[in-house]
Amino acid sequence: MTAQTDSAADLALELRGIDKSFGAVRANKHIDLKVEKGTIHGIVGENGAGKSTLMSIIYGFYQADKGDIFVDGQKLQIKDSKTAISAGIGMVHQHFMLIQNFTAIENVVLGAESGNLIDDSLKKARAEMEHLAKEYGLEVPLDTPVEELAVGYQQRIEILKALYRGAKILILDEPTGVLTPQETEHLFKVLQSLKEQGTTVILITHKLREIMAATDNVSVMRQGEMVAHVRTQDTSREQLAELMVGRKVLLRVEKGASTVGDVKLSMDHVSLTDHMGVKRLKDVSLNVRAGEIVGIAGVSGNGQSELLEALAGIRAINEGEIDLNGHKVTADHRLSPSEVRKVGVGHIPEDRHRMGLINAFPAYEAFVLGYHRSPEYNGKIQMKQKSMIDDCAEKMERWDVRPQDPYLKTANFSGGNQQKLVIAREVEQNPDVLLIGQPTRGVDIGAIESIHKRILDMRAAGKAILLVSVELDEIRSLADRILVMFDGIIVGEVPADKADERTLGLMMANIVPEEVKALQAEETA
Amino acid sequence: MELFNSIILILDATLRNATPLIFAALAGMFSERTGIVNIALEGKILISAFAGAAAAYVTGSPWMGLLAGILASVVFAQLHAFATVTHNGDHVVSGLAINILAAGLTASLGNFWFHQGGNTPNLVNRAEELNARFEPIVLPFAKALEDVPIIGGIYSELLSGHYFLVYLAFIAVPLCWFILFRTKFGLRVRAVGENPQAVDTAGISVAKTRYLALLVCGILAGFAGVYLSVALTAQFSPNMSAGKGYMALAALIFGKWRPRGALQACLLFGVLQAIADRSQGLVIGGIEMPVQLIEALPYILTVVLLGGFIGRAVAPKAIGRPYVKERS
Repeated sequence: MTAQTDSAADLALELRGIDKSFGAVRANKHIDLKVEKGTIHGIVGENGAGKSTLMSIIYGFYQADKGDIFVDGQKLQIKDSKTAISAGIGMVHQHFMLIQNFTAIENVVLGAESGNLIDDSLKKARAEMEHLAKEYGLEVPLDTPVEELAVGYQQRIEILKALYRGAKILILDEPTGVLTPQETEHLFKVLQSLKEQGTTVILITHKLREIMAATDNVSVMRQGEMVAHVRTQDTSREQLAELMVGRKVLLRVEKGASTVGDVKLSMDHVSLTDHMGVKRLKDVSLNVRAGEIVGIAGVSGNGQSELLEALAGIRAINEGEIDLNGHKVTADHRLSPSEVRKVGVGHIPEDRHRMGLINAFPAYEAFVLGYHRSPEYNGKIQMKQKSMIDDCAEKMERWDVRPQDPYLKTANFSGGNQQKLVIAREVEQNPDVLLIGQPTRGVDIGAIESIHKRILDMRAAGKAILLVSVELDEIRSLADRILVMFDGIIVGEVPADKADERTLGLMMANIVPEEVKALQAEETA
Repeated sequence: MELFNSIILILDATLRNATPLIFAALAGMFSERTGIVNIALEGKILISAFAGAAAAYVTGSPWMGLLAGILASVVFAQLHAFATVTHNGDHVVSGLAINILAAGLTASLGNFWFHQGGNTPNLVNRAEELNARFEPIVLPFAKALEDVPIIGGIYSELLSGHYFLVYLAFIAVPLCWFILFRTKFGLRVRAVGENPQAVDTAGISVAKTRYLALLVCGILAGFAGVYLSVALTAQFSPNMSAGKGYMALAALIFGKWRPRGALQACLLFGVLQAIADRSQGLVIGGIEMPVQLIEALPYILTVVLLGGFIGRAVAPKAIGRPYVKERS
């Protein structure tokens, strides 16, 4: 590795020997980091590599157990966020730190008030905001409650918050996770102009493409350690991926051929209104055939979750008709989630913690959730402990779930292994239709590769698969056809080989490009 | 004219009944807006009523009583903060503990000091030349206008002749609104109740904001308690708060955590109480209503209202959740 020891360059931030433990877990092990002034510095690493912890230490949210922090060459004891802010450090958190029922400007002012009355502070901030908005392309509606704004705007408010406090070093933690490709592009333009004005930007991400596109230098973290510092121009995605995981990884799985069969799952003009009276699905029609993967793309919160939940029997639909493996579902005739499973439909929910698993259960109990009534596990009076445990151990081996311990509490598995537990549980029941939501959310790269392979195996085995994911790369590499959702409608359909990032990005913002229109016209003709 | 007089009397009683509820509801507002569930209002009212009456009796001054009452309530409020903010305790458990502590402490200390079965001696005692109770305030010209029809009833009877704490309660409502919605402190209080982590990352201490909000809460609850024992009656008796803390909390929720809404709810409870007090022995359709039923009416209504009539009340988002920064 070409270590960046450009000692002549001014350092905006330097870390020496940072250590941080949470109980027995060492989240950061002796971290050294040098960030040059006026650069965009990327930090990559898998989930759980310790990136966010490290940034939280810089921002004073956590205290390091050991080590020193230097800002502009000055050693600094950052004991809380206030210290960090006054040292010119600003942070845009992955989960926005905004008060949802406050307006944008109230959020900016909070903590940086200029007097005891709000009105004065707001007046002063407003002028400053307008100036910043013009200078960096950070326009936001200042007087709308944040909860009514799109995430792209919310992120701009976070950046404005930092700039209003005079940030000279801006840290962004996974800033693009919730953005459309166009919004991402705009964000990078903003970062570029900040850099030109002399601001130092630290960009934390697990998306290698973004690192390559936006940064000057990059540092790689693995399992709590800093494993490499390189200049971005001297490296490649493949090399970074290898550094992150510690071994060679295939970034794109090879998709084999598959024979497409009958329609196994279809939705016909389905609408769904939630308990708040908001229409979540609007006249949705789609079908999935045996042996194909249909991907649903879109910025999260545009009805994908409701779509999956409607199919899985968790939510009732208001209009239209669903056909699940030959069984009809309408507004008047529902199937419960267990009935849905009985008719041969497996469901891997989007959020394994909320819907897929019970964290306090040992693996073998987590493994029978949803199938606990089956005679295989359930005796006349009590559950068949031994067969549950044996069955779990066997499947853990087959699916390479580590550690291979049926008694281990679900919470103590890593994200990837928890996800494998859920996938194995559903797939082992051999359903004809699989509903898959965010299969690799919070899963490290190594495990992503194996999960993707498993999904393609199921396709080869002739399952009809509906895949919902916010990761465009994932959808593009797995799906045969891609449907894009926006605000509860299906904007359009693109075959995977014609789906480039720009097309999908436009469709995610409810704009259908001409070539897609032409494609659809061709099909109907 | 008789109907008019009855109405005036009921409204007059309404103001008296609503006063402690208003103070307590505002107290609860500062606490809950900052994310601290406060069922401990009841205990704070009780302890301040006791401390107020005891201090007023000993010193002979209602003002010393007020001071002592507020002090006691503030101590209890900070105890609640210590349990819930510093030690991340469960808000409801801490609140319950404070209520039980207040109920037990007032009764046993009262018995130990004054030997009257937990009561304090009467604050007005001719024989000892003691008058440690607040005097009602007679507004200017009230005497002169007394016999003028309508105006006399409204001005001299309804508006004049209340304890200063009654007037203070009604002044406190817009004042608290101003503090909560127009000052830096209020902005921070509301922010902490919604998203403490955001406040923390904005460089504000969550703990400090919560302690301060509970300080304000303690002061306001102190007014409520002292009003009961040193103004409305001239004596403390065990459990004299009689659920007013809970009713104030209900009024707060009913009023959607806003000062005006809470005021309206407190007035509603006050008017029900006033009607109940006047309708002892009420006969409806030949059946004499049991007194107990009428007295229970405000409480029943509270349950019914909270049960479903208020619709969706959006609570401060972070309410009841201890703010823990570090993972463990």
